[in-house]
Amino acid sequence: MASHGIRDRVAIIGMGCTEFGEHWDRGVDDMVANASYDALDSAGVAKDDIDAAWIGTLGSGASGLTLSRPLQLQYKPVTRVENYCATGSDSFRNACYAVASGAYDVVLAAGVEKLKDTGFSGLTVALPASDGTNTTLSAPALFSLLVPAYSKRYGVDPDQMKEVLTRIAWKNHHNGALNPRAQFRREVPKEAIACSPNIAGPLGVMDCSGVSDGSAAAVIVRAEDAHRYTDKPLYVKALALAAGPGTGPMNQDYDYTTFEEVTRSAQDAYQQAGVTDPAAEIAMAEVHDCFTPTELVLMEDLGFAERGMAWKEVLAGTFDLEGTLPVNPDGGLKAFGHPIGATGLRMLFECWLQLRREAGDRQIGSIDRGRKLGLTHNLGGSPGDCVSFVSIVGTELS
Amino acid sequence: MAAILSYGAYIPPGRLDRADIGTTLGQPAGRGTRSVASHDEDSTTLAVEAARVALRRRDVRPDRVVFSTATPTYLDRTNAAVIHAALDLDPATAAYDFGGAPRSSVGALTTALSGDGTALVVAADIRTGLPGSADEISGGDAAVAFLIGPGEGLAEVVSHAAVTAEFLDRWRVPGQTHSRQWEERFGQASYLPPAQQAIEQALKSAGVAREEIATVVVAGLHERARGAIAKSLGATASAVSEQVGNPGTAQPGLLLAEALDSAKAGDLILVVTLAEGADALLLRATPALESARSWPALAETVTQGTRSVPYPTFLTWRGMLNREPPRRPDPEPPSPPVSARHSAWKFAFVAGACTSCGTRHLPALQTCMSCGHPGDMEPVPLADTPGSVVTYTVDRLTYSLSPPVIAVVVDFDGGGRFQTELTDAGPDDVAIGDRVEMTFRRFFQASNGIANYFWKARPVTTEEVSG
Repeated sequence: MASHGIRDRVAIIGMGCTEFGEHWDRGVDDMVANASYDALDSAGVAKDDIDAAWIGTLGSGASGLTLSRPLQLQYKPVTRVENYCATGSDSFRNACYAVASGAYDVVLAAGVEKLKDTGFSGLTVALPASDGTNTTLSAPALFSLLVPAYSKRYGVDPDQMKEVLTRIAWKNHHNGALNPRAQFRREVPKEAIACSPNIAGPLGVMDCSGVSDGSAAAVIVRAEDAHRYTDKPLYVKALALAAGPGTGPMNQDYDYTTFEEVTRSAQDAYQQAGVTDPAAEIAMAEVHDCFTPTELVLMEDLGFAERGMAWKEVLAGTFDLEGTLPVNPDGGLKAFGHPIGATGLRMLFECWLQLRREAGDRQIGSIDRGRKLGLTHNLGGSPGDCVSFVSIVGTELS
Repeated sequence: MAAILSYGAYIPPGRLDRADIGTTLGQPAGRGTRSVASHDEDSTTLAVEAARVALRRRDVRPDRVVFSTATPTYLDRTNAAVIHAALDLDPATAAYDFGGAPRSSVGALTTALSGDGTALVVAADIRTGLPGSADEISGGDAAVAFLIGPGEGLAEVVSHAAVTAEFLDRWRVPGQTHSRQWEERFGQASYLPPAQQAIEQALKSAGVAREEIATVVVAGLHERARGAIAKSLGATASAVSEQVGNPGTAQPGLLLAEALDSAKAGDLILVVTLAEGADALLLRATPALESARSWPALAETVTQGTRSVPYPTFLTWRGMLNREPPRRPDPEPPSPPVSARHSAWKFAFVAGACTSCGTRHLPALQTCMSCGHPGDMEPVPLADTPGSVVTYTVDRLTYSLSPPVIAVVVDFDGGGRFQTELTDAGPDDVAIGDRVEMTFRRFFQASNGIANYFWKARPVTTEEVSG
């Protein structure tokens, strides 16, 4: 029993991504159609050439009809996927496996979320009937528990911790300002981030990701067919998913300084892709910065920094656009926005642009220094009770 | 005849300063404080807290629970069944509501004292009135519980006399938040004769003179009549009432509990209650009371750990001030079938321990998180187990009638961890390592009326001296 992966067996040949933001003028159907047609056009594939499709959404639609209706797909196999904030990534993962299995030649993986039609600020999730004993804490409150835990374990004083978290938000806004598709396209001064209104624990509004609408999509074929469509395909090196046992909140051994789900899925992904030193080999990473402390902890769980050292690397600029390992060069959830079902595919879209040197003003330099792999990561749930997804993609066959 | 085997009271820590009412409304509102049930308490949860004290003091399980309140959370279904579930009582233990009027608690108490078997008699009220009304100013929120049955009691009945008189002094239409009163002098005139008659009968049948009675207390919602009769009898001033106000249905029991706290063996205690006539209940403290007493007196604890509740907050909690809601969805009502399947967890805070390695799970799982052992877990009641705060946060976003919510991760003594809300505390009242205990609360009442009951942590209250 082992995770063998499908390294270099499938490739992305086209992608599309809408602007993320408050799309009062566009519905789920509009956004799904925009992203999907952009992806198909970019691949040079007609929609009727799609053999199968996957549509990821947390709550903006049900069933494959969410995709087949706006595209008028004719009696094709379409599956709706849901896996919390890893929804878009899991749509992609299932699509890749279907191609790798030989079942289909050309497939579409899409993701969409419409959050701004609910009338509420923040994320709302429809949950199954319950006994009323589940936690009612907000997501920022649950993630805020990371901050004092990390401070205590590694001896980082609260002021220094605030500086670290502020710098993460500042960096992602800096990157987002260079991204025409991002929800927030302005740099934000560190002072404004640091004194933003308090939401939960030490977290302010500016430590939280954007609530937005959006959609993204990818067209996937077998690797050997990729060059029939494009000169610059993106090969899938690794797809890893880890659903934790969900018992962190009741486990007395859990200390809120790490996500075991992330560590496990990263290890699996690196093994699939043949990566032995991620901090030295990965050219860029799109990670799930739902809240600033999440990104901090992820740097360690993904192996980009030693345990207890990520905060220093953040302050040193290691993960800046110009750093040795740019993290969230497109602005991340923080500045690009976080339409749940679209987010995982949006991350792949940035890999698509960056690794193909099409990212314009925010083109990263790390690939000129010999780094060739892009990594995407999602975390769905909350500390101790989550799923984690990691993918690795690259422009060259191994 | 049955005797009082144990008793306990619960007074919520919230205190409304009457001067705050006066300042806010620009009218005289008197001095002192009244007790205020928190936004996550109702008459049922108050009753649970009082009953837990009574049952902790004496290890006798009742064969029935009887609950009296004029402010029930539900009609057409028994609120005592919730109390029964929260106390993790045997299914063979009956549960009944005695509702409607404050006099119901005296009826429940005297019925239990004259009956067979062992009864847990609980009374609770949350007193409301229109802003600035005498009822709002003089009311209070509290609960009291008596365990009554055969065997060596702490106090036994000497005599009881009841006189019933039909005159309409006070009334409340179901569903309304306040009652109405006829002209005050009518009530005062109407209460005097039945009160005198009941007291005379009780003393006569006991062959006791007023001078032989150590403590006399007078209960009743008609403040002037109560005051006049108390004065004529030379009643004992109540230190608890000074803090609490008049908790309606719970008042006769609360005054009795306060009297028992300081009674010596052989002391006679007369409890007079004015309600649609009058009741006079004469009790005698037994030698067992003094030897069993190991708890601090209510009169002392009532002043400890109190929290000031500003008048606008009080009005908000009681639904008298319709505030702008948070821009978040209303909380989803709990599903009755799911609640029924998980009732031991939800209502009694019964966790599960792995039958193979003993690891505690809150709540029980199908498979052990530690050793992977599958199958049913051993029930572990943790409602009375204290714990320590491992970490905490302050949540200003999540829905609450009283933001912000304080979330704590608690490690229980003997094992087990749970992430929960810390109630009866502000953001500055919590630190890692703090000791907490569990308390039964109403998280919210959903838009369909279902009350979502579950347990929260609170800072430890005065821990009783054991033995």
